[in-house]
Amino acid sequence: MAIAEIILDATLIGLLLVMGLGTLHTRRTGASIALFAGFGMILALVWARLGAPDLALAEAAIGAGLTSALLLRAASITEEEEISIPARRQWLSWLFVAVVFVWLALHVIRLSTPVDSPSLPNLVAGHLADSGVDHPVTAVLLNFRAWDTLLELLVLLLALLGFRQVARRNQHPYDADSHPAPWPLLKAWSRSLAPLLVVTGMYLLWRGSESAGGAFQAGAVLAAAFVLLRLSGQLPVVHWSRWTVRLAALVGPALFLTVAGASALAGEGWLDYPDGMSTPLILLIEAAATVSIAVTLAFLVSGEEEDIAE
Amino acid sequence: MTAVSTYLLTGMALFLVGLHGLLTLQSMLRRIIAVNLMGSGVFLVLTALAARVPDADPVLHALVVTGLVVSISATALALRLHGAIQRHREDDDS
Repeated sequence: MAIAEIILDATLIGLLLVMGLGTLHTRRTGASIALFAGFGMILALVWARLGAPDLALAEAAIGAGLTSALLLRAASITEEEEISIPARRQWLSWLFVAVVFVWLALHVIRLSTPVDSPSLPNLVAGHLADSGVDHPVTAVLLNFRAWDTLLELLVLLLALLGFRQVARRNQHPYDADSHPAPWPLLKAWSRSLAPLLVVTGMYLLWRGSESAGGAFQAGAVLAAAFVLLRLSGQLPVVHWSRWTVRLAALVGPALFLTVAGASALAGEGWLDYPDGMSTPLILLIEAAATVSIAVTLAFLVSGEEEDIAE
Repeated sequence: MTAVSTYLLTGMALFLVGLHGLLTLQSMLRRIIAVNLMGSGVFLVLTALAARVPDADPVLHALVVTGLVVSISATALALRLHGAIQRHREDDDS
């Protein structure tokens, strides 16, 4: 291992652990969330270092960006809680963590030997030509393991439904004073950033069949553009009662289910695309899934006022 | 120590730091962050395992992409439930 690699790994791992510990144990909530966002960005770099550009893109948009926005929003509407752990029990619990870590490490370290002829990746590489796309991760997500992706879209939909069910009554009346007016620079920046984000999202979707990118990354970036414009007050409140919004949230899972059902009834079997139709079907599903993911994530992150306005 | 084994151990350490936080912290927001850290630890272990293979294992990468989206859905729902619990308590107090 080259010395430069050791320095890079040590820096990344050190930052990860310090920021991870900091986000849990720092005193102020604001600092904790800022550290969490930083943690996500470092993690995105780690994914890039480990040869996973798809993950790096998804982590930067979802893990670091949207999750931090969610946490900030939750922190702004809930009260600051006091954090107090009895000091004498604290070292004991850390000692316990250290013992468990050493015990696990002895077992896990055996897993780290390189695998020369792995069975599953070889299978993926062998069938990549039949999958209809050129990028192995996209092929796994939308062809070989399309079941997982379909269920994942349903999980996202379920989260949205649960999100809307909880606490719809008993809302505090909307208090305009508690939301500070958007900062002029934020307004100006978001106006030029949002179109760039839309272009980037479309590019990620389009490139997804050949290289890193795809529906999830594109959807997350589009959701980020929406949240940015909402936060700077340049988009109106989006009401769930509008049928276009509901249709956009449903189109991905609905289209995916239709394709799955049609292939089960008329074709080879559940989610077994007919020969030659793989590429257009995957592109169609990805495009619809991007719309649904973008709308759902945007709703999960900035859907609070919508309830109050009802 | 190869890069893979260092990242495997880091992933484990993150998982344990998150688990420790989940068990000892009192603030609900911090506990939700702790669960997220545990998830990141698991993802790091999976990605380190994927890096053992010459061209990086696409199956594990696809699994982690799926996991990332599931974790933000769970976080959003958890934060919403947290907000609802807090409002409920305030109503009881007043």
